[in-house]
Amino acid sequence: MSVDPSLYLIVSGLLFAVGLVGVLVRRNVLVVLMSIEIMLNGSNLAFITFSRVHRGLDGQVVAFFVIAVAAAEAAVGLAIVINVFRHFRSTNVDELKALKD
Amino acid sequence: MPLSRLVSSMHLALFILFALVSVISALYVVVAKNPINSAIALVISLVGVACLYVQLEAHFLAIIQVLIYAGAIMVLFLFVIMLLNLTPEQLGSRQVTAGRVASTVLVGGLAVALVALIAWGGVPRPAVSGTGGSEELTWAGGTVAAVGGSLFSDYLLPFEIASVLLLVAIVGAVVIAKRRS
Repeated sequence: MSVDPSLYLIVSGLLFAVGLVGVLVRRNVLVVLMSIEIMLNGSNLAFITFSRVHRGLDGQVVAFFVIAVAAAEAAVGLAIVINVFRHFRSTNVDELKALKD
Repeated sequence: MPLSRLVSSMHLALFILFALVSVISALYVVVAKNPINSAIALVISLVGVACLYVQLEAHFLAIIQVLIYAGAIMVLFLFVIMLLNLTPEQLGSRQVTAGRVASTVLVGGLAVALVALIAWGGVPRPAVSGTGGSEELTWAGGTVAAVGGSLFSDYLLPFEIASVLLLVAIVGAVVIAKRRS
């Protein structure tokens, strides 16, 4: 392995941080969902890096399951977004506070 | 050997290219004003991460990443964005508030701490048993055959649970998104 594995872990940490900033800062629910996908990608990169370091396939299998769960999450999440938009005519998460009031 | 050094430096150059592409386009996903631009940038970021998977010899995961993530999931995202057809005022406010600055600074500090920790601590290497050469020979990388064999032997039950999860997600998405009359 010619590139040091810690460099891959740094990239994965940066991706996770960028996704976390997106979740916290952006108010459009579509961009928030996309930021969650970025965070999942960062964790997947760490899993695959450790799979390579340890020469085992377990990390890659876990990354496979993460992708499957991300697909399910995106499908259900976007269905909820469509329904919320029909109700509130908005995708701004700040306006969805019916449980708070 | 000069050839192996050339290959090694090419590996590093490609790694830097792919890492920059994936991180910078991920940043653009967060800062872009229009969700369509975010989605396109996210596709580029996902393809960059898939290239990093190839460098880590996870070939099957790289193909899955491009097919499922950049293909299926992002098409779903783009479809929903175009279906909603948001007006500029429906996109939500983008003004800078104290809370947003604070959370950005906080996560930035977290990222710096994480990078410093990894850069100083390094990655714990597993103890190489006996002759180092044989370990290298048994590692075939994440080929379809290797990952598939692992999925259908050690991880058979989680694999079946994942298939049930996907079925439930399909039914749930149809039920939730259906227009009630």
